[in-house]
Amino acid sequence: MLATLIGLLGDFDLAEEAAQDAFATAAERWPRDGTPADPRSWLITTARNRAIDRLRREKVLAAKTRLLQAGAPDAHHIDMDTETFPDERLELLFTCCHPALAVEAQVALTLRTLGGLETAEIARAFLVAEATMAQRLVRAKSKIKAAGIPFRVPPAHLLPDRLVAVLAVDYLIFNEGYGGRSGLAAEAIRLGRGLAELMPDEPEVCGLLALMLLHDARREARERDGEIVLIADQDRTQWDAEQIAAGRVVLDRALALRGSGPYVVQAAIAALHTETPRDWPQIAALYGTLARMTGSPVVELNRAVAVAETEGPDAALALVDALALDGYRYLHATRADLLRRLGREVEAAEAYARAVTLTDPGPERRFLERRLAALRSAT
Amino acid sequence: MKYMLLIYSTTARSAFDDLSEDEQKAVFGEYYAISGSPGVEGGAQLQPTSTATTVRVQDGSTLTTDGPFVETKEELGGYYLLDAPDLDAAIELAARIPAARLGGAIEVRPLVEM
Repeated sequence: MLATLIGLLGDFDLAEEAAQDAFATAAERWPRDGTPADPRSWLITTARNRAIDRLRREKVLAAKTRLLQAGAPDAHHIDMDTETFPDERLELLFTCCHPALAVEAQVALTLRTLGGLETAEIARAFLVAEATMAQRLVRAKSKIKAAGIPFRVPPAHLLPDRLVAVLAVDYLIFNEGYGGRSGLAAEAIRLGRGLAELMPDEPEVCGLLALMLLHDARREARERDGEIVLIADQDRTQWDAEQIAAGRVVLDRALALRGSGPYVVQAAIAALHTETPRDWPQIAALYGTLARMTGSPVVELNRAVAVAETEGPDAALALVDALALDGYRYLHATRADLLRRLGREVEAAEAYARAVTLTDPGPERRFLERRLAALRSAT
Repeated sequence: MKYMLLIYSTTARSAFDDLSEDEQKAVFGEYYAISGSPGVEGGAQLQPTSTATTVRVQDGSTLTTDGPFVETKEELGGYYLLDAPDLDAAIELAARIPAARLGGAIEVRPLVEM
């Protein structure tokens, strides 16, 4: 509903205020007069009328809003139940994720307008003060207006790049949630479902949704008593089998659409990780594909983990040592594990110690410290 | 909407200087072509900041200093004034400006509408 109103009014703040007005009116009238036949249209029409009233009251320049520019009919003589309004969530999403906005602003604005989260909730999720988040949102909304960021789904020649930005924002929200704030992960999946509904033929949209479903399905098993449990040690009965099945269905759709982009490949890897026994050669091959696609050393590090299973820790260590990722804690954690498996305990302990210094206090650091302690007591 | 496209290029030896004479001519041709593009209402190339004079007025008297307002590694080398339907259109034109790929950058600034 908010998306439609923003599309109609061309102004985020006005749309939000009008929506609140409409809900207040509904709360007053529906119990008395009964619920209208088409509640959504009723709300949108009412909100639009309220917005027009506000504009008139505030004597805002008529030319500034798309609504009045288009020559709106007299607001009070609209038949509430016959008008239909387009679903403009997709337009809203592309506007919120416009590359001319800072990524943090894209994320916040998407959660606020499409996710319907309160400013205070978003602030808490990103560990910033509410006032800071409020200001970030205000700044983003005023830039959209002042800089003329269009409210639309980008034309075909811009779509591939812009879709990447939209998916990146959704995945970022998911990863924030994966790091513990599970409400955000659920929100990201909900957005992902909406995207898949709105763009059913984009394989990467399906790929991202499948990836999120498959990862999230293992959420309960990832931690035990606040401590990290590696996938090999996870209690599979805690995996959400239904959600894994749903993820596979979406992945199959992405593959049927001939998807081979980075999200589809990552989803395929995530699916392989849920199988027993794990098909390590296939996982290694897919990480190889992904590494060529993204050129990311982090992906190459993941490939090394799979290579350790297929060709042994020696081959994996050679891959890891070729990576320029010295400040990355997972590089040292992976090296440490490989060295430990090779029986090179002293070097392994050094690598664990290095990983510990790069990790903030919490379950991940405690995991590394336990590994380090076990190694030291063994030598 | 109206946008000012501010063209920044490096003050040091730039990628442009390394081009052959023919390639440089082609780049000038691109700038002319952009000047003639739909929506472009004006534009100019500026002399380097070594020719700049900065003026301030303090207590009624005019203070003139030699040089630019801020000394930076990248200087404003020129501009286009563009009338475009939205930011996406402005960005598309900005991306065509040769400085954007020759080590410089284009700042897109909407004008305040009166």
